[in-house]
Amino acid sequence: MLLITCPYCGVERPEIEFRYAGEAHIARPAEPSKLTDEEWAEYLYMRTNPKGLLAERWRHAHGCGRFFNAIRDTVSDRFVTIYKMGEAKPDLERLVVEAAQ
Amino acid sequence: MPEKSVYSANAHLSPIVVTSNVRVEEAAPLVRLSLRGGEAAASHAGASIGAPLPLEPLTSTMADKAAAFWLGPDEWQIAIQEGDATAVFERVETAMADTPHSLVDVSERNRALIISGPKAAWLLNSQIFLDFDEAVFPVGMVTRTLFGKADIMLWRQSEDIFVLEAWRSFMPYVIELLQEASRELEAA
Ligand SMILES: [Zn+2]
Repeated sequence: MLLITCPYCGVERPEIEFRYAGEAHIARPAEPSKLTDEEWAEYLYMRTNPKGLLAERWRHAHGCGRFFNAIRDTVSDRFVTIYKMGEAKPDLERLVVEAAQ
Repeated sequence: MPEKSVYSANAHLSPIVVTSNVRVEEAAPLVRLSLRGGEAAASHAGASIGAPLPLEPLTSTMADKAAAFWLGPDEWQIAIQEGDATAVFERVETAMADTPHSLVDVSERNRALIISGPKAAWLLNSQIFLDFDEAVFPVGMVTRTLFGKADIMLWRQSEDIFVLEAWRSFMPYVIELLQEASRELEAA
């Protein structure tokens, strides 16, 4: 079981208190009706699916109830960093370099 | 350790669990309000109930016959020992004035259990995956978490007294699991 830190509660909790909510920083198009089918499909279905660091949303569903963002390594399942909604997405390339040092 | 608590055992009901080292009792009815809003709303609500609403995560505040629990960065539960829920609601709602907020009377939504005794934490740990060492779960801490599959709110009133609130329909499930764990405790 993973231990995940909620940035709002400020504590580490078991994974069962959380729900995964997909890749982060994907903005819903402001005017969907102006998009082509291909563009809409791109928004709806296409994800980066990297082998390595991924920015994703989590929700502390059985705790404070809040959504937050996290950078997780999809290879090791390790959480690299966790940040509140509205905060800027960390530079993933720099995190990779830092992790290698 | 607080002398008085907004939670007291319901004298009309017999205890749910009684062993040599742990006791589970149903709490007497309370007025409960759910508040969503910013710090300004929290400040107005705190003034109207006589207990400043906690702004630190997972903390609680107490006053005479009232308590306020931090449930999220913009969410609190207020508990008041008073008969008339409508009057309490009106008092807090009036204090809000024009501050954006959502205030809901949820008095009847939950039932509360008082779990007390030297093995209270042991009993809760039969279904809750949290560390109850006082260094990480001190007196006054409150959190929502899971009890088995049921969502609960858990508050540490004192070293050996916990209050567990759950939605009414989840409570038979919670109670039966506590009773089962208490039999295991007695057999140990
Ligand atoms: Zn949380």
